[in-house]
Amino acid sequence: MDSLQQPVLEMRGISRSFPGVRALHQASLRLHAGEIHSLMGQNGAGKSTLIKVLTGVHAPDAGEMRLHGECIRPDSPLAAQQLGIATVYQEVNLCPNLSVAENIFIGRFPARRGKIDWAALNREARDELGRMGLEIDVSAQLDTFPVAIQQMVAIARAVSMDSRVLILDEPTSSLDDDEVEQLFDTMRMLKGRGVAILFVTHFLDQVYAISDRITVMRNGECEGEYLPEALDRMALISKMIGRAYVPPGEACPDDENRTESSNAALLSVRGFGRRGLMQPMDLELRQGEVLGLGGLLGSGRTETARLLFGADKADSGEIEFSDGIHNSHRPFSSPREAIRAGLGYCPEDRKTDGIIAELSVRENIILALQARRGWLRGIPLRQQRAIADHYVDLLGIRTPDAEKSIGKLSGGNQQKAMLARWLATDPAMLILDEPTRGIDVAAKQEIMEQVLALCRKGLSILFISSDLDETVRVSHRVAVLRDRSKVGELAGNEVEEGAIMQIIAGSERMELR
Amino acid sequence: MTKAFRLIEDARRHPLVWPLLTLVVIVLVNVFAHPGFGPQGFLHVGVREGHLFGALVDIANRAAPLMLVSLGMTLVIAVRGIDISVGAVVAISAAVAATLIGGTLVIENGAPVYVSKVPMALALLAAVGAAALCGMWNGALVAGLSMQPIIATLILMVAGRGVAQLLTDGQIITVYYPPFFFLGSGFLFGLPFSLYVVAFVLAVLLCLTRFTALQLFIQSVGINPVASRLAGLNARALTFWVYTFCGVCAGIAGLIISSNVKSADGNNAGLLLELDAILAVTLGGTSLAGGRYSLWGSVIGALIIQTLTYTIYSIGVPPEVNLVVKAIVVFAVCLMQSSAFRVMVFRRGSLTGAEV
Repeated sequence: MDSLQQPVLEMRGISRSFPGVRALHQASLRLHAGEIHSLMGQNGAGKSTLIKVLTGVHAPDAGEMRLHGECIRPDSPLAAQQLGIATVYQEVNLCPNLSVAENIFIGRFPARRGKIDWAALNREARDELGRMGLEIDVSAQLDTFPVAIQQMVAIARAVSMDSRVLILDEPTSSLDDDEVEQLFDTMRMLKGRGVAILFVTHFLDQVYAISDRITVMRNGECEGEYLPEALDRMALISKMIGRAYVPPGEACPDDENRTESSNAALLSVRGFGRRGLMQPMDLELRQGEVLGLGGLLGSGRTETARLLFGADKADSGEIEFSDGIHNSHRPFSSPREAIRAGLGYCPEDRKTDGIIAELSVRENIILALQARRGWLRGIPLRQQRAIADHYVDLLGIRTPDAEKSIGKLSGGNQQKAMLARWLATDPAMLILDEPTRGIDVAAKQEIMEQVLALCRKGLSILFISSDLDETVRVSHRVAVLRDRSKVGELAGNEVEEGAIMQIIAGSERMELR
Repeated sequence: MTKAFRLIEDARRHPLVWPLLTLVVIVLVNVFAHPGFGPQGFLHVGVREGHLFGALVDIANRAAPLMLVSLGMTLVIAVRGIDISVGAVVAISAAVAATLIGGTLVIENGAPVYVSKVPMALALLAAVGAAALCGMWNGALVAGLSMQPIIATLILMVAGRGVAQLLTDGQIITVYYPPFFFLGSGFLFGLPFSLYVVAFVLAVLLCLTRFTALQLFIQSVGINPVASRLAGLNARALTFWVYTFCGVCAGIAGLIISSNVKSADGNNAGLLLELDAILAVTLGGTSLAGGRYSLWGSVIGALIIQTLTYTIYSIGVPPEVNLVVKAIVVFAVCLMQSSAFRVMVFRRGSLTGAEV
């Protein structure tokens, strides 16, 4: 990449403030043709705002943007699109009820004599996806495909508009490894065509796997632009968080060498499952233990969590739950029952299953506790405030005060508030489903440290993460799932990435349970 | 200076500002049309036969049934529902009460005495009970069978009038039992009794809001039912009881209405009341999308509608166009309350309202 060459896109001195927040201050960014440029930074560093300024969602208070050397000032996403700046967001924002082809060409259907030319539409959609190595039925409704495919469709849409600049805002957070690889192939193909790609992600591996250049943001300012070979991981993380980075090795289970916990079992299930959802399985969780659920996306991790929590009803199996106070012998028939017994569940999809967006942080935090107390015995406002403030402090939730709507916080802070919701109920067991998805490195570390500290005090945790490395790091034992059944279990020193991968891959080395 | 500005700014953002402003404007129109505190003035409040009377008292009294129904409707709307059967429930409740009370004149020891068929307390209880059953039916359909609220309550909206006519044999039943009239046209300590009923229901709701977690639960279920269930709320039970409560409110409103007109008309009692109630809730600032709600707002909304109706008659709008006038005013109010419209017109708020 020749840095003398004129950049396709240049943002210089961009500032943008919102009431009470300085989101961007003198930020700058350069994108060259045919490069993959990673934008790194913690949540709240200003990445999203920078992208929103670039795509015309927000107008900058100061600064200038140049595309091919010419000053631009898009005032809407549509205007940006017409300039050749296309964006694919973290949450797929297409129309789930339309076909794949319709989604790709929405708003610019090929027409013949005033009528939509459906044949051409489908043919062009097939071609477009074919170039990305994807062969699917383009006339099928979009939501019949997994999120990964939908993501590819969104990219195909962006690419088909002949964009010179493509922004990918955390496109990989819901993809598994194969799908990520597929996405990378597409990105390399586009790079070959001379498209400038701005890639936002939280996964360091991916940054180093594909980036030509990295821009790091912190506190709304651009920390600097680097070549990946000149910036090792430690250095990158330090620049992102603005302080020396404590390697994640520190956040390990208490024991020196993962000795199997000899504590009493808190929860054990036998032949537990639901027809069509999860094959019957046995599982045991001891007090003060972190049990990881390993497996690929769609292997049944979330399904297992929901069954245990009573969100979906198990139709077979026995359960033994006992923390000395509560006892239960049959599967929980509702989340309510599970919560009464001392369980908590941080769901995978914060937005739809977790937060009550328009309610305040305080109300969100006390919700589960209040639900357990019943509607009649309201927690006095003063006590609510005390609880909320306590957890805002304890977990470092960054919010002006606990009365702010939770929907306005960043993802990491929402996740911390979800954690607070369950900690406030003083649970015996927590199910954490992807607790660190879409969260920056520092917040991730903070959350995991909090969780492990609680474990040391006797809390049991069922831990689910797509990040195998993370699962290995925090779990005492790992149960491995494949195709909606449990295919193995690792304990103590056996817990390592390779071993889990082997079981997932179907090697019979481990005893199958 | 800045403090005063801040105060104004806070007030401008208070959710009750627009409803209150609307009410004040409509009242002002009346004041201009009939100025002064004299007997002809709109603001005149006099004392007659030991109780207050005047346009304001009259409006409040007539708004009582609508306020009650709106309170119930507010909670239903807050849990993402809607209840279009309240008008029919009013008719059922009125029919039950009127049929059970009836009333005949008998001469007892040489003095004429009115006697009810069934003790009045029992009749009132039966009427409210019937209304509660109606609410439970709606609740069961919506919460139990997950029917679309508008369809579920449409069933009772249509069937309810039939039930009411069945009860009254298709006749308009006239009540001859003066104690019953107290409910809708009696006075207590100088004020219409119906207002005490409204005050009581409102007070109960406000107390529940203050001391229990009801408001939190209702809003939570209204905003995100899925997440609420995962947080341990029993969304179904809550929804069921909210519809039941709405039925009870409509039932009490039915009693007041039938008491006021001393009869029960299965066909016309509470006709189109559901639409007025939905309108009152909306005018009060509660979003039809569910979630955050305002009880005071709905009360004010009901007063706006009643004052508007009064105004149209009192300033002499010809009867054949009064619905059009009403619609235009409502349209204007809704327009003013729409933030998108305000941004369009005033070109402000677009920057300050942006989210980070």
